[in-house]
Amino acid sequence: MASPGPRRAATLDDVRSRGTLNCGVNPGLTGFAAPDASGRWEGFDVDLCRAVAATIFGDPEKVTFTPLSGETRFTALAAGEVDMLARNSTWTFSRDTDLKLDFVAVNYYDGQGFLVPKALGVASAKDLDGATVCIQTGTTTELNLADFFRVNNITYEPVPIQNDAEGRQQYLAGACDTYTTDASGLAAARSTFETPDDHIILPEIISKEPLGPAVRHGDNQWADLVRWTFYALVAAEELGITQANVEEMAAAAGDNPEINRLLGTEDELGPMMGADISPQWAVNVIKAVGNYGEVFDRHLGPNTPLGIERGLNAQWTQGGLMYAPPFR
Amino acid sequence: MTIAQAGPPRQAFRLSQLLYDTRYRSLTIQVIALFLLAALIAYLIRNLVVNLHDLGKDFDFGFLNRRAGYDIAQTLIPYTNNDTHLRAAMVGIVNTLLVAGLGIVTATIVGILAGVLRLSKNWLVGRLMTVYVETFRNVPLLLWIILVYAVLSESTPAPAAFRGDEPEASKLFGLVAFTNRGTYFPSLVWGEGAGTLAIMLLLSILAALLWQGYARRRQAATGQPLPSLWVMVAILVLPVTVAFVLLGAPVSVEVPTVRPTGIARFQGGINVLNSLVALWVALTLYTGAFIAEIVRAGILAVSKGQTEAAFALGLRPGRTTRLVILPQALRVIVPPLISQYLNLIKNSSLAVAVGYPDVKATLGGVTMNQTGRELESILLLALFYLVVSLVISLVLNIYNRRISLKER
Repeated sequence: MASPGPRRAATLDDVRSRGTLNCGVNPGLTGFAAPDASGRWEGFDVDLCRAVAATIFGDPEKVTFTPLSGETRFTALAAGEVDMLARNSTWTFSRDTDLKLDFVAVNYYDGQGFLVPKALGVASAKDLDGATVCIQTGTTTELNLADFFRVNNITYEPVPIQNDAEGRQQYLAGACDTYTTDASGLAAARSTFETPDDHIILPEIISKEPLGPAVRHGDNQWADLVRWTFYALVAAEELGITQANVEEMAAAAGDNPEINRLLGTEDELGPMMGADISPQWAVNVIKAVGNYGEVFDRHLGPNTPLGIERGLNAQWTQGGLMYAPPFR
Repeated sequence: MTIAQAGPPRQAFRLSQLLYDTRYRSLTIQVIALFLLAALIAYLIRNLVVNLHDLGKDFDFGFLNRRAGYDIAQTLIPYTNNDTHLRAAMVGIVNTLLVAGLGIVTATIVGILAGVLRLSKNWLVGRLMTVYVETFRNVPLLLWIILVYAVLSESTPAPAAFRGDEPEASKLFGLVAFTNRGTYFPSLVWGEGAGTLAIMLLLSILAALLWQGYARRRQAATGQPLPSLWVMVAILVLPVTVAFVLLGAPVSVEVPTVRPTGIARFQGGINVLNSLVALWVALTLYTGAFIAEIVRAGILAVSKGQTEAAFALGLRPGRTTRLVILPQALRVIVPPLISQYLNLIKNSSLAVAVGYPDVKATLGGVTMNQTGRELESILLLALFYLVVSLVISLVLNIYNRRISLKER
């Protein structure tokens, strides 16, 4: 008897025959994944999905976005409902081993912070004794929060919420004194407030939250494809390849052998990831979304309402942690 | 076998008889159906095993003994984030049972009142109850829960408003504080001698009940009513009050107050979460509307002759309802009422919409998500709801058998 359900072995073949990539994203987090006014998904994580589609099909629009809550995301991935997650998910030991996921890279180095109204008169997270805290349920932040308050010997009352929209609403209604989640998420939430200046993000970052795209255990070819698509974005920034100049640079082999290999003018790296992957895969990717820095600036950077500095997410050459392994 | 021998001469059994002989046909169909069902179940189980294996997952309840690591907003039994997932599940179970128990009691009261009043001859009262029943019955429960919760948290002040010499908000009767976090009630503090007082109270209740029984028996025997209510109140209040004063006020009331420094937060008293109130109120009004219809149907099922006979005997309308109609209506009411109670318990799992920490939110929410044990958690959840429903069903069926018409 044949068993229905997802085939584990060949996600790439499934995606190809389906003609579209199923990508699990946040149901609504400004800057990372949210539908814009016309209903088109936009954001930092959304662009990673588009980049993977560009690698496979040469067409960044062949993506079906599935909004997933914090509680359903891993189940949806494990059940084969989505092919990959690009959904502000923290890479942890137990998720990688026990939940049978593979985090293929870190696309955003984050940490958990606290958002408070200035009127609360709190300058440090350690002054939050007795606070009522809005917390997204089913996240690592829930566990970090419990740890932080226990270690500092202070108390709190949790108000569990389902998603960012509910969190913002509860926080603004004053149902909680502080809202805690990844600092990037707090910046995103604050950017949607009517008066963002009345709220501050406390200086303490109480955890490491390496956010990254995740795939199912056991399909190494698929994991490689997602991983190297992401690193192509990072490497492109380091090598100075942008959305604007990629066509020109890909037209003929240049002086830099790594650029040549990446853009397929000297070597053919694409087919090594999968038989049908175009040698110009990286060109398609960068043409579609730009390099890592461009994606960051477009959705999260100082010129957006979120106004997040690169910080840890700068290139390693700029004092950050973004470091693509060599393309050869 | 003697009968068979008396019939036509016995022929050898042929296979076609399985299909064409009515004596065997139903058996054949049942065997085939059973086989198909078994095959389907086997297929599903095999599918599960294969898929779990493909995912590299095993079937193991060991995760229940691991440290939970998360906090729960309402814990009626002791719990810290250092306890196990099993303990967290127990906390959730207690919370589910709390809201279900509260809901069943109030929904029954609301339902009986609304059902009786809907039949009222008073036009306004009757129409009002119709409006209540139709509005609550025909709008999804989830919307009611969210609506009540939104009203509670948007229309009430934050704890900070209760702070200071001239606070913006004030407590109801100086005792109860309604805030956007929850409602804070005063609590009782038991001091020395409180045990004596409690025993006094129990004795008073016993004495009052004895008096009531005596008054009833006397009225039944002689027809002369005794002043039952006032005497009962006196028996209940006087000795306990005297004892309270003599023992030097062993029980005191602790009124919740906002602490003067730090983040505004109430201390003392009992905190009832807004999510609990929202869930409770919505479950009560929603299920109450269904129960009202069941009660109305039960009352209408009692023939009009019964009412007329009671009136002819000189019973007033209130007593007619209480002594003649309702006891007979109960026989019709109880079986569908059981379904409503079971619905209420299962509907309480909508708690997740307002963040009330019921068993669906702990075991079926955070625990499931943190440990990745979807199958095990869901099976345990299903088992819990199944057991609770079966127990309620059993108890009420026993009750139903007691009140049902005894035919001799």
